[in-house]
Amino acid sequence: MRTQAVWAGRIFQGVWPPIIFGVGFLALWQWFVEVRDIEPFVLPKPSAIFEQLRLHHDTIFEAARITGANALVGLAVGLVVGVVAALLAARLRVLDEMLTPLAAAMAAIPIVALTPIFNTMFASTSSTPRRLVVAIYVFFPIFVNTLRGLRQIDPVHAELMRSYAASPWTTTKVVRLPGALPFFFTGLKIASSGAVIAAIVSEYFGGLQKGLGPAITSAAAASAYPRAWAIVTAAIALGLVFYIAAVLAERLAMPWQRPQGELS
Amino acid sequence: MSTPAAVNLEGVGKRFGEGTGAVQAVSDIDLTVAAGEFVSLIGPSGCGKSTLLRIVANLIEPSEGTVLVNGKPAGRARLDQDYGIAFQSAGLLEWRTVQGNVELPLGLHGVGKAQRRAQALELLELVGLADFAEHRPSQLSGGMQQRVAIARALARRPALLLMDEPFGALDEMTRERMQSELIRICAETSAAVVFVTHSIPEAVFLSQRVVVMSPRPGRITEIVDVPLAGRDEDVREAEQFFAAITDVREALRGRSPVTDEGPA
Repeated sequence: MRTQAVWAGRIFQGVWPPIIFGVGFLALWQWFVEVRDIEPFVLPKPSAIFEQLRLHHDTIFEAARITGANALVGLAVGLVVGVVAALLAARLRVLDEMLTPLAAAMAAIPIVALTPIFNTMFASTSSTPRRLVVAIYVFFPIFVNTLRGLRQIDPVHAELMRSYAASPWTTTKVVRLPGALPFFFTGLKIASSGAVIAAIVSEYFGGLQKGLGPAITSAAAASAYPRAWAIVTAAIALGLVFYIAAVLAERLAMPWQRPQGELS
Repeated sequence: MSTPAAVNLEGVGKRFGEGTGAVQAVSDIDLTVAAGEFVSLIGPSGCGKSTLLRIVANLIEPSEGTVLVNGKPAGRARLDQDYGIAFQSAGLLEWRTVQGNVELPLGLHGVGKAQRRAQALELLELVGLADFAEHRPSQLSGGMQQRVAIARALARRPALLLMDEPFGALDEMTRERMQSELIRICAETSAAVVFVTHSIPEAVFLSQRVVVMSPRPGRITEIVDVPLAGRDEDVREAEQFFAAITDVREALRGRSPVTDEGPA
């Protein structure tokens, strides 16, 4: 109980400074725009942006839902493929030599250039090209981090498992996989907010006119700048939701790394 | 039929590497450890005492000679889990509880859940950590972690316990307490012990015989009998104890008071 209270206290300690800073920053922004009488197409007031968020919350939410779904499916696919590839590469040297340069090459793919190609490969009414782009983007950080985690085995653990006459698969299951979790989650945290960015960027290159990307474009084309900023805000929020979900998953999966109250 | 010796080494040697770059780590090792006997291996760093222990544990294959553990070839003994092993670093799995760590070797060899639990609690009782069963390793001190590692090594009720400087990283006070604990645990389990150390008092206090080794290549220069009446705390101040320490120290120096580091 006490441990939990201390933990909660720490979270609040960690939460308040950015909130105070954020509110202060917005107030300063509002004040600056009003005093200098800046045109909305240069920089709209925060109050105008929030007004737009309130007015169009249903369409903005729908756009965020579509982009979020693409990011989530792409993230899931990239994650599964990345982890499986890392498991195989950690087990088989031949695969390692094949996959690691391939993964590096995939990281160098300009996803922006891929999108139009995927759009012509699949029907332009399909969300698949965007999800594929996200999956490709996500693969590299997951693969590289997980593989490094799987390779990093404490020599004592290795000797111990050999003394138990444990099979390589048992060693992977009992020692390597749990030991790789911190590395995997480092990759996931990078990939999670990156997945949202990749999903939005992929929306700019043809295909379906749905999601946050086209919404920003059309708002800007209609000179509705506060609305465009409102959608950008929604995009930031979506990225944060993904990142926070990854952090929470990390906490849940590795309770032993939770800060220990009594050790403070 | 008499019980076979816990360890029987004949003409054991180990070379690392090949050709001119080869390093002879140990050579011409003949040693028998009786069932229930406590034997220490002592020598300067680089004398191959840890290598020798790993050969007994079948973690390293010897280059020549025969290794019998409990009357079986070392490989067979490892598969049959005839020995338990503890290293200088406790090597606990940080994602498991203390109890989960002690259960590890039992779980790997198909002991049922209820029995695993009961046995682990019994072992934790033996090392005086029953109250810490649900703790994580990171919440324990170094000495406590090492006791968990000893409980884990004893989990399969082995006839032989192999220990590689298990108290090397502990402070002097904790170290002496752990030595007395080990004496008590060995008396209760009647396991034979091969104990690697570079502390003369530790070797003398714990062992019935101290095997003194010389460096590069590691050879047995002498085996010193330790004629101590008992192994309680008073022994540490007894004359016999100091006499035995002097005996081992002289054996380590090579028992040649005249030629000092001179050419052989």
